[in-house]
Amino acid sequence: MTRLGDLERAVMDVLWDLVPGASDGVTVREVADALDGRELAYTTVMTVLDRLAGKGMVQRQREGRAWRYRAAASREAHIAQLMLDALDLGGSRDAALVRFARSVTGTEAEVLRAALSAEAGLTDRIEDPRAGQPPLADEATDR
Amino acid sequence: MAYALHFAASILACWLTAEVLAASTWTWRAPRVAIVCWQAVGLALGLSAMGLPMALGLAAYGQPTGSALVALATDLAHGTLPAGVGAVHLGLVGVGFGIGAVLLTTTVRSVYGTVRAQRRHRELLSLVARRDPTVPGALVLDHPSAAAYCLPGVKPRVVVSAGTLNLLDRAELAAVLTHERAHAQERHDLVLLPFTALGRALPWFRWVRHAQERVALLVEMRADDKARELHADAPLAGALRRFAAAGHRITPAGALGLGDRDLDVRVQRLLVPDRTPRLLGATALAVTTTLAALPISLFLN
Repeated sequence: MTRLGDLERAVMDVLWDLVPGASDGVTVREVADALDGRELAYTTVMTVLDRLAGKGMVQRQREGRAWRYRAAASREAHIAQLMLDALDLGGSRDAALVRFARSVTGTEAEVLRAALSAEAGLTDRIEDPRAGQPPLADEATDR
Repeated sequence: MAYALHFAASILACWLTAEVLAASTWTWRAPRVAIVCWQAVGLALGLSAMGLPMALGLAAYGQPTGSALVALATDLAHGTLPAGVGAVHLGLVGVGFGIGAVLLTTTVRSVYGTVRAQRRHRELLSLVARRDPTVPGALVLDHPSAAAYCLPGVKPRVVVSAGTLNLLDRAELAAVLTHERAHAQERHDLVLLPFTALGRALPWFRWVRHAQERVALLVEMRADDKARELHADAPLAGALRRFAAAGHRITPAGALGLGDRDLDVRVQRLLVPDRTPRLLGATALAVTTTLAALPISLFLN
């Protein structure tokens, strides 16, 4: 894995594991402090967070002069999305993956889809990862 | 007119060959040969579908389609059209090019959509999947459903879910991983791509979709064969059966055909040893390459 990919993962782990879901998010400083062992420069952490925001993985909100960041969707929701692709339930007609076999029950499929719809707007971002602005809650349109 | 008949006969032959290929079971014992046959039929069909209207429009030239097209281009450049070439004929030539354009754009769109989906999938994997010592070289997704798949590309990824780790024993898991690596090494995604694109371009033709499903099954069988070269048949068959059973155990009979119906066929194939049908395979190859050569020669002459 590249160093950048490694950093992105570490930052996401902080956002997923150390930030309670209800909080308004964390500042760059707080993320950098959580990654204490890595001795990262403040600007490095900020760059990684910006990249993740560009990919739609992270939402940010201005508070005073600083930005507050939080994960756009839970880790479980992303896993659910990947499993939908893997089990060929995502509705894509492209042969993006080659599967050994898949085994899924109707209930499982429902659970997977429910996990996704619970995360408002997640599907939109997955369809359009390069959306410039962090999506607002009311942008979660029904496509 | 004779050339248009050639193309029409070629389309008919493609259809017949596809029907025979879809109904044959020798293909299961020689999946790689069968895949090449399907590719030849697909190529012949695409070229003939373009060639038929073109040849009808160019009948007045009395030349093979390729040279007639060149002659038409020269005449158009000089602004003089020979007798017998009117608006209808030019329209027919246009239809031929239109079919080609549709086939090309659907393929390009399919490639674009696939690459985008793969890139997104890869990015997410790098953030949420984990390595696991029990499956070296593969990624694990923490989810109770059973799935094993290959994300193809220049740097392919083999992924299994935690549900799969629970479902399979060590030998079965090793066979599944070899199966997935075979997909990645032989770029089976590229094999499937034109058929997926063709199915998208012509969704109302049932036998095109049928061909797509056949090729998808053959690709799985080919990967099964690669796994058999390294492992015994039993673990692979065991893994397939467990996947089949995991689907049936909870799903009520007849509910949502989400489990793979083809699993049974693949297990049967592993259990009943059979010789490779060399004669049948060679015959099928000869027939399908001739089929593809006919429209190609008409275009190149």
